Amino acid sequence: MTIQTSLGRRGFLASGAAVAGGFSLGFSFPWASAQAAEVQELNAWVVIHPDDKVVIRIARSEMGQGTLTGLAQLVAEELECDWSKVTTEFPTPGENLRRGRIWKNYSTGGSRGIRESNQYVREGGAIAREMLIAAAAAEWKVPAAECTAANSKVTHSSGKSATYGQLAAAAAKLEPPKEVKLKDPKDWKIAGKPLKRLDTLPKLTGEMIYGIDVRLPGMLTASVRACPVHGGKLKTFDAAKVEKMPGVKKVVAIDGNAVAVIADTYWNAKQALDKLPVEWDVGKLGEVQQEQIAAMLKEGLTATEAFVGNKAGDAKAAIEGAARKVEAVYAFPWQSHANMEPMNATALYTPDKCEVWCGTQNGEAALAATSEAAELPISKCDVYKQMLGTGFGRRGRTDYVRQAVLVAKQMPGTPIKLIWSREEDMTHDTYHPTTMCRLVGGLDAQGNVVGMHMRISGQSIAAALAPQTLQNGKDPGVFSALNAGGQESAFAYNMPNLLIDHALRQPHLTPGAWRGVNSNQNAFYSECFIDELAEAAGQDPLAFRLKMLKPKNAAALKAAADKAGYGQPLPAGHFHGISQIMAYGSYVAAVAEVSVSNDGVLKVHKITAAIDPGHIVNPAQTERQVAGSFVYGLSAALYGEITIKDGAVEQTNFDSYNVLRMDGMPKVEAVMAPSGGFWGGVGEPTIVVAVPAVLNGVYKATGKRVRILPLMHQELRKGA
Amino acid sequence: MAALDVNGKSVQANADPRTPLLWVLRDTLGLTGTKYGCGISQCGACTVHVDGVATRSCQMPLSAAAGKKITTIEGLAQNGKLNKIQEAWLANDVPQCGYCQSGMIMAATALLAAKPQPTDADIDAAMTNICRCGTYQQVREAIHAAAKA
Repeated sequence: MTIQTSLGRRGFLASGAAVAGGFSLGFSFPWASAQAAEVQELNAWVVIHPDDKVVIRIARSEMGQGTLTGLAQLVAEELECDWSKVTTEFPTPGENLRRGRIWKNYSTGGSRGIRESNQYVREGGAIAREMLIAAAAAEWKVPAAECTAANSKVTHSSGKSATYGQLAAAAAKLEPPKEVKLKDPKDWKIAGKPLKRLDTLPKLTGEMIYGIDVRLPGMLTASVRACPVHGGKLKTFDAAKVEKMPGVKKVVAIDGNAVAVIADTYWNAKQALDKLPVEWDVGKLGEVQQEQIAAMLKEGLTATEAFVGNKAGDAKAAIEGAARKVEAVYAFPWQSHANMEPMNATALYTPDKCEVWCGTQNGEAALAATSEAAELPISKCDVYKQMLGTGFGRRGRTDYVRQAVLVAKQMPGTPIKLIWSREEDMTHDTYHPTTMCRLVGGLDAQGNVVGMHMRISGQSIAAALAPQTLQNGKDPGVFSALNAGGQESAFAYNMPNLLIDHALRQPHLTPGAWRGVNSNQNAFYSECFIDELAEAAGQDPLAFRLKMLKPKNAAALKAAADKAGYGQPLPAGHFHGISQIMAYGSYVAAVAEVSVSNDGVLKVHKITAAIDPGHIVNPAQTERQVAGSFVYGLSAALYGEITIKDGAVEQTNFDSYNVLRMDGMPKVEAVMAPSGGFWGGVGEPTIVVAVPAVLNGVYKATGKRVRILPLMHQELRKGA
Repeated sequence: MAALDVNGKSVQANADPRTPLLWVLRDTLGLTGTKYGCGISQCGACTVHVDGVATRSCQMPLSAAAGKKITTIEGLAQNGKLNKIQEAWLANDVPQCGYCQSGMIMAATALLAAKPQPTDADIDAAMTNICRCGTYQQVREAIHAAAKA
């Protein structure tokens, strides 16, 4: 098949980053060099230019996690192409729908980008390779079996060869093979290697276009404010007070809960919005205080009714009859995503078409939101994905897309970029859910665990955002890393009697996906409590765990412990804390080396991590994900909390919601321990082990158990 | 209307003198490499050089920038050649999402100009920019690499 790649179908981005036809891209311009030439699409994933350039289509979003490069490596590996000739592009979700979803799922969350799509993208590369070989064989009138493909060339045993660019036109006319055999990962030459990312250069020169950088001819900018109390309504606003301010074009209400000022520049829009008199109707929600939320969660810790997530034997009876009983209550606060790039989207609405430019973790969901907000058929809408200035789960939501369309709808024909201020972003997030947990464990006289009960009380994301996915009211997602079995997030320990249950308590602040999300608090609760049990049993935390751990979990923990030199002497005042988990289909563990000064200052010197995701597509990027996940996790543990006053979020910016910076960054060493045979995720699993490892180290350093986060409120001074 | 010297060029910026330099660069001059992150001088995504000094442009009004020499991320490479910090960033594959990296690179370039051989403590003190992806380890390594280059 030949595709037309001229900018003619739609090419107008003023910034120079083109958005054309059914493809949006941040950093490759496949048509710029070959507009006149025929560019050959061999299948959904592979496009080959006459000059041998290979364009690999990427359906999943790139938000820093490196999925774009990893997926391209997998396709290139099977295609047997020259890696230096590879570029990428994002097919738009509209194009995907028009072509019967040939790029399948666009959703990029849950560390699924590569593990969920690796099979079919590798097949795409392999099918294209076979078609190129078949084209060469036909041209040379030789059996295909006598031809091999490597480095963007097909070569016959006689020595004759042709480049992919020369063969592509003939190959594209062939029927694709029905079946292809994928390579054994041990034979990989491109995948599995620590290759450099494909998207780095424009990030060093200011040329990379993120959603917030989109510029269209005649574009205006909107600044928005939604009701500060989630669930509250817009009562009135006095547009006349600001309509004469510099640059202001229009003041509009959207969805009955927000108001936006449209102006020539963001600054002018924001200045007017700040001066706009607005009254909100917040009702009873305006009386909600943080203490009430804490009380609500606390009540759930001992409530009779709860959804059972994992049950073996009779935990309560076993604990009752145990020689020794240990009990503790933990709490995890709301967290904001604090994405580096605040939420934004640009929309151009006309009565018969609506287009959106934005960073999104789910292009198809963004397209559906566009269609719904525009009240136009989905076939008359499209979304052009831009680079994301981080995602972390937040950009899987489409609230900001909807707002942009609703604003643009009130100025048909004018493209409008809607930008949330940092304050709007932090106060209108969908937050990491808040929960508390009561854990009770029983030990026998030898210090073996005879039973454990873990009662989680608090929020459910599914109950808030996708109630149709609840199972008779139960949200299985709450039990991440605590499940009885399965390939995704199983509880790591063999315990004869176990009960893990959840009392759903749902305060009004909307919870949402967040890097590691439910695994974060579940690892914090369970892995810190396991240390408490080890302490009560008088055993070393590593040996205590290894007695109960399932094999792959034990292997990951041993790999981290060996690398860190666990049990070996440390510098004076330094202590090791450990933790492990299975989450997002991967086995991970961490050993944190910490010290706490006499005046209570914690220093995390080093974290040694091990990760077994089955297969590793790019070890260099995997190492970066491990270190990066620790920064995100430790930021939350040390400083992160969102609290409520009079129904509204109190924290508004990085001055009241601090995060880890360079001076707090521990040295991170990551052990790659892929055991093969399965595909686990990489972006999230390790985030969850950093915090319990650090806190278990803090206990050794201070004798203080930190059970309530964030740590900044805890007194770690000696004697205090 | 204010006259500005941006990346070695004289430009006219038609904006209210109280407008932060960040938004003049982004919206008036179309230089979108300088990023908005917080607007209160906390995150450093908007860092530019003003007369060679790393400055958070979200807190500098246009009126204060007039007449000064402004360099943005777009002005670091000369004739298509990256500066040595950018080169070290490329060699160390530093960015993840990249959104904070303009500010990081501007801060690191200013640091090396002031202290050609910075210690880890110098880096901690000068590099207060926020990166939510967590590239700090690569940033540190790349600064040391650039210092040796």
